[in-house]
Amino acid sequence: MKTIADQLEEIRPGMLRFALLQLRDRATAEDAVQEALVAALAAAGRFEPRARLRTWVFAILKRKIVDILRQHYREPLAAEPSADPFEPLFDEGGHWRPEDRPAAWGDPLQALENAQFWRIFDACLDHLPENRARVFMMREFLGLETEEICQSLGMSQSNCWVLLHRARMGLRLCLESHWYQNEGDRPC
Amino acid sequence: MLSCKQAAELLSAALDRELRLGERLALGLHLALCRDCRNYRRQIGFLRTACRRHPAGEAGCKE
Repeated sequence: MKTIADQLEEIRPGMLRFALLQLRDRATAEDAVQEALVAALAAAGRFEPRARLRTWVFAILKRKIVDILRQHYREPLAAEPSADPFEPLFDEGGHWRPEDRPAAWGDPLQALENAQFWRIFDACLDHLPENRARVFMMREFLGLETEEICQSLGMSQSNCWVLLHRARMGLRLCLESHWYQNEGDRPC
Repeated sequence: MLSCKQAAELLSAALDRELRLGERLALGLHLALCRDCRNYRRQIGFLRTACRRHPAGEAGCKE
């Protein structure tokens, strides 16, 4: 029977990968993982054995990452351009230009089983501008509400929504051109 | 009638906040008529699913 410490050691590489994705800095990510592991071990007595250890320890790690983001990123984000960078996708009437119409992605869930898809997905995440990436990660990976995100980052909610919208737009464009177009999956 | 640009903004907003009644109605009407924006909705919905199932996340590889 493995001890909790053994099992945590097995989860550790995954934790580090997750923290790196969020924090984009190896030393900071290692600190976050270390602190989460210490906290998990200290609280191991309260761990409900029927729960999934990975889920439980990731919840601790997410809280650590949010704390770190709050402390480390006190300085305001680089100004987001007020002009919409995705304006060129639309015509004067605000309709998608023919060449920029969102494609049907077929059954996108199949992609989740594909290692190459995840390499592209991570590369697309990495290519998002820093401020959009940070807000997007806090929302979709750390599961924070926009209210908490804008409080942490000292921005207005509407600013937060703009950043999330632009992050999603950028990510889907990146996936569309680097993954789905190569799939030959464009019905129209 | 909403433009696609406005519809895309609302579709993203719907993932982060409750839309107001007027927004929901306008968006529903637009989506009924616009396949491109229905595709867009599925695409950004898929982004959320992908983030939740990311291999580096808690749903990742088996213990």
